[in-house]
Amino acid sequence: MKRRRFISALSAATVVPAVLDGFSLKTFAASPLLQALAAATDNDHVLVLIQLSGGNDGLNTVIPLDQYSQLSTARNNILIPSSQVLTLSGSPLTGLHPSMTGLQQLYNNGKVNIVQGVSYPSPNFSHFRATDIWLTASDSAQTLTTGWAGRYLDYEYPNYPAGYPNSTMPDPLALEIGSVVSLGLQGPAVSMGMSITDPTNFYNLINGIQDPAPNTNYGRELTYVREVSQQSQAYASVIIAAANAITSQSPSYPTAGTNSLADQLKIVARLVAGGLKTKIYMVSLGGFDTHSNQVDFANQATGNHADLLSKLSQAVSAFQDDLNYLNVSGRVVGMTFSEFGRRIISNGSYGTDHGAGAPMLFFGDAVQSGILGANPTIPANANVNDNIAMQYDFRSVYSSVLNEWFCVPTTDLSQIMLQNFQLLPIIQTTACDVGVHELNQKAGESLVWNYPNPFTASTYVTFKSTGGHVLLQVFSTEGKLIKTLADGEYPAGTYDAWYENEGHAAGTYYLRLQNEALQQVKNMIVVR
Amino acid sequence: MNRRDLLTLSPPPSKQKQDFSHTARTSTGLTPYAGPWTIAEVKHLLRRAMFGAAKADVDYFVNAGFTNTITELLTPGTAPTPPLNTYTSQYNDPNVPFGQTWVTAPSDPNATGLRTKSFKAWWTGLMLNQARTIEEKMTLFLSNHFSTETAVVQDPRYSYKTNALCRQYALGNFKTLTRLISLDPGMLKYLNGYLNTATAPDENYGRELQELFTVGKDPNGVPYYSESDVQQAAKVLTGYRIDNVNITSTFAPNSHDTGNKQFSAFYNNTIITGQSGPNGALELDDLLNMIFATSQVALFICRKLYRYFVYYEIDAAAETNVIVPLASIFRSNNYDILPVLDTLLRSEHFFDVLNRGELIKMPLDVTVAACRDYGVVFPPAATNLVGQYNLWNKLYQQASLMTQTIGDPPNVAGWPAYYQEPDYHELWINSSTLPNRNLFTDTMLLNGYTSSGDNIKIDIVAYTATLTNPVDPNLLIQEVIDRHYSTDVSQTVKDYLKNILLNGQITDNYWSDAWNDYIGAPTNMTYYNIVLTRLRSMFKYIMDLSEFQLS
Repeated sequence: MKRRRFISALSAATVVPAVLDGFSLKTFAASPLLQALAAATDNDHVLVLIQLSGGNDGLNTVIPLDQYSQLSTARNNILIPSSQVLTLSGSPLTGLHPSMTGLQQLYNNGKVNIVQGVSYPSPNFSHFRATDIWLTASDSAQTLTTGWAGRYLDYEYPNYPAGYPNSTMPDPLALEIGSVVSLGLQGPAVSMGMSITDPTNFYNLINGIQDPAPNTNYGRELTYVREVSQQSQAYASVIIAAANAITSQSPSYPTAGTNSLADQLKIVARLVAGGLKTKIYMVSLGGFDTHSNQVDFANQATGNHADLLSKLSQAVSAFQDDLNYLNVSGRVVGMTFSEFGRRIISNGSYGTDHGAGAPMLFFGDAVQSGILGANPTIPANANVNDNIAMQYDFRSVYSSVLNEWFCVPTTDLSQIMLQNFQLLPIIQTTACDVGVHELNQKAGESLVWNYPNPFTASTYVTFKSTGGHVLLQVFSTEGKLIKTLADGEYPAGTYDAWYENEGHAAGTYYLRLQNEALQQVKNMIVVR
Repeated sequence: MNRRDLLTLSPPPSKQKQDFSHTARTSTGLTPYAGPWTIAEVKHLLRRAMFGAAKADVDYFVNAGFTNTITELLTPGTAPTPPLNTYTSQYNDPNVPFGQTWVTAPSDPNATGLRTKSFKAWWTGLMLNQARTIEEKMTLFLSNHFSTETAVVQDPRYSYKTNALCRQYALGNFKTLTRLISLDPGMLKYLNGYLNTATAPDENYGRELQELFTVGKDPNGVPYYSESDVQQAAKVLTGYRIDNVNITSTFAPNSHDTGNKQFSAFYNNTIITGQSGPNGALELDDLLNMIFATSQVALFICRKLYRYFVYYEIDAAAETNVIVPLASIFRSNNYDILPVLDTLLRSEHFFDVLNRGELIKMPLDVTVAACRDYGVVFPPAATNLVGQYNLWNKLYQQASLMTQTIGDPPNVAGWPAYYQEPDYHELWINSSTLPNRNLFTDTMLLNGYTSSGDNIKIDIVAYTATLTNPVDPNLLIQEVIDRHYSTDVSQTVKDYLKNILLNGQITDNYWSDAWNDYIGAPTNMTYYNIVLTRLRSMFKYIMDLSEFQLS
């Protein structure tokens, strides 16, 4: 496929992080270049993207305690009292907002990675534009119409939606809990994701928000179309089956309806544990645009932002607890992002205006726990337009996740990310299993077939090699090897073989192709 | 070819229709409508009388007023120019220069497929570029009523002629059209009329003329006519031939059955006296006079029109208050179509709120209507005739993927949506066609369809700019719903749509600022993409909802 030709000449020169300011990384393991040697693990990795809409105030989320005096100058009216900042074990100079007790505990248990100062050159301060930049992974001045996750899924499953669902990928590639699929999941031709709001009542789901059908002919036909809509969702049954497979979840979640993010993540946990092979889930929590009343003026540790962070922390903590409870915590990594951070200096209405860099949080069993990057340096006399310094490009973070969690080879990253970005140690190096990608990428493609079929005496067998060793064999349905048609090195291409039925009985035979890590089996039918 | 074996006019036994007897129904009749005249009424009318309800058309007719609107919609236009040769790059037709029509050229087996494609593209183009009249919707109705298939007729010159006849009589006299269809070379070929001779009678057309084209069957599916009537009608129709050079029909007296034809009690035991020589051709009029003297023809056609323009289920009130009086008008006007449509479209029954939104869109009401509603631009004929036909053909293919293949309905009965008990219009929607509908609108919003470098797609930003107040997200959403859905939706849905426009932000200004940024600098790609992305998401959501499939 042509995508292979897009590989940039630069991509071989993968940048190994040369300077890492992370002073509290508990594990700082081998570079991604060594991943080919990584031990095989499960290949069913799931990434959960948590979008914090509105622009999260990073300085009040992950608090640089060594900058406290500067902060008290710059944002005194919203500053969290230092005595209430939650401490992180092993990281005495960095703390969390007091409402994030759940995340604090996860961090102390080694399940959280904080990436400091994530932004991009020339940050944009418009919600819409900045959101699009984060979802498409574009440069500040560049407009892309595809999402970064969508491009990854298109790379991994290039034929989608033709040939899907199939046995290799029977489930949706990506699910968004909500009613509209995000720009982040937009592929070059189609959206690579689908949205659901409630996996058990699928009917209500795919139609998004559904008004009741009136008692008229209009209502009658509307009901009919909705029923067909339900039936025609290729993925409806697998999603319902996955949801129904889980009858008990962790009791840690807050009461349904009180924390929308927790409600969404509860669905994600259920579907992951229920067996969906879906790679990416998107969930979101809105309200972070805290221009005013970010904090309660009487108690700066409380207020709107505290409530939002409390929801985030509770939701993530309950989710992680549930993943443990459901025995799937090894499969899931979560990541928060927001379109921007907020300004260093607070404004007069107990809030903050649109800013730039902010921390991203990763959580899960597989993350390299700790803090990547240094505390931001707050100037002693910050100006109103000052933002914290960018330490990492958000696309470096994406590239690292693709490479370290979805096991995209470093040589292929630039196809998805469109440039080369520095790779960061975010996921433990044991996470990747080589070869999964090829299997997925070929899932919709026929690699071997025969003609005529059925046949009586003989048939042509055509097979494709992606290069390397090919083994092409005919088996009886009992598993007996009837004939080996090819066994050797075949450069990438399409080949023919000739199979003569030498007196075997009429019936079905298996034609099996093995090409390096790929394998495919087709039925051949002999008739008299 | 005998088409009978393909017909299944009875419902599958397993299918149990859901009981909707408690559904709110209306007893309104043909009294002229006297209610408000707003976007809601005009949209309802245009989506049924035309393809879609383009904003310019809706605004035009709201302004024109109720009376003038119906009159204008029912004013016949002029005949279009015939389909052209745009296929020279694939086949150099020796008889037809590029850009000229092939409809009068000699038959050419090498050109048949390409001309057929041209015919279907051309027809699609006529629907896309329809005038503000009901003619194209009626042409489609009549072409489906007097159904023929290009794949069977095997010569698109004939199919063009049948189509042109239906278009010519879209608002004309139905009885005259039935006579001309009986003599139409395409129909003679399709139903073997040209093989029907005194010594080897072929009953195919004689049967369909009565069963499908005129009198129909009773509510229990029992024919009003007898098997003998079929045979006798076939005898009347013996002797017609096709002139393959001029694409006309001729009458061959030698092949005509000159005996008397005795019909059943349904036809008052009429005897059509056999005539010999050229006068044998006069028997056709005797036959049609006899058939059209029955009361069933007008009832049958009025019911079919009702199912096409209003709803498929005709309850007792609709039969009494609408069908019977319409049929009476039809007969008293000697089967002129226009007074029937005029009365129906002016009626309070047609505009009754209980009769709005209950029609499941036919595929062309999705494909053609989307292009018209959103002002999709096709290549102009003057500079890119090939591209224009190619993209018309793309649109034809999309409707075909939703099972409406113009020029090739499934059989002589036409599309099942208009006759198949008990499902009717619901047959348009199944688990294969519904995703195709969604894929079509999704694709039109994203990349569109491309042929040889030419592209059609919905420019959703340009469309939005034509709306009354796109800067206010609340007004924008309300107008979009008013113009594109059959009924209003709940505040919850509107809030949801606004959530898409606002990207989860709570302040309306975020959308307003984004829109103003774009309007202030329309060539700024960043501003453009910001509004494009959000509008695309919102319109995709709107068009993917089940509500969108109803009109």
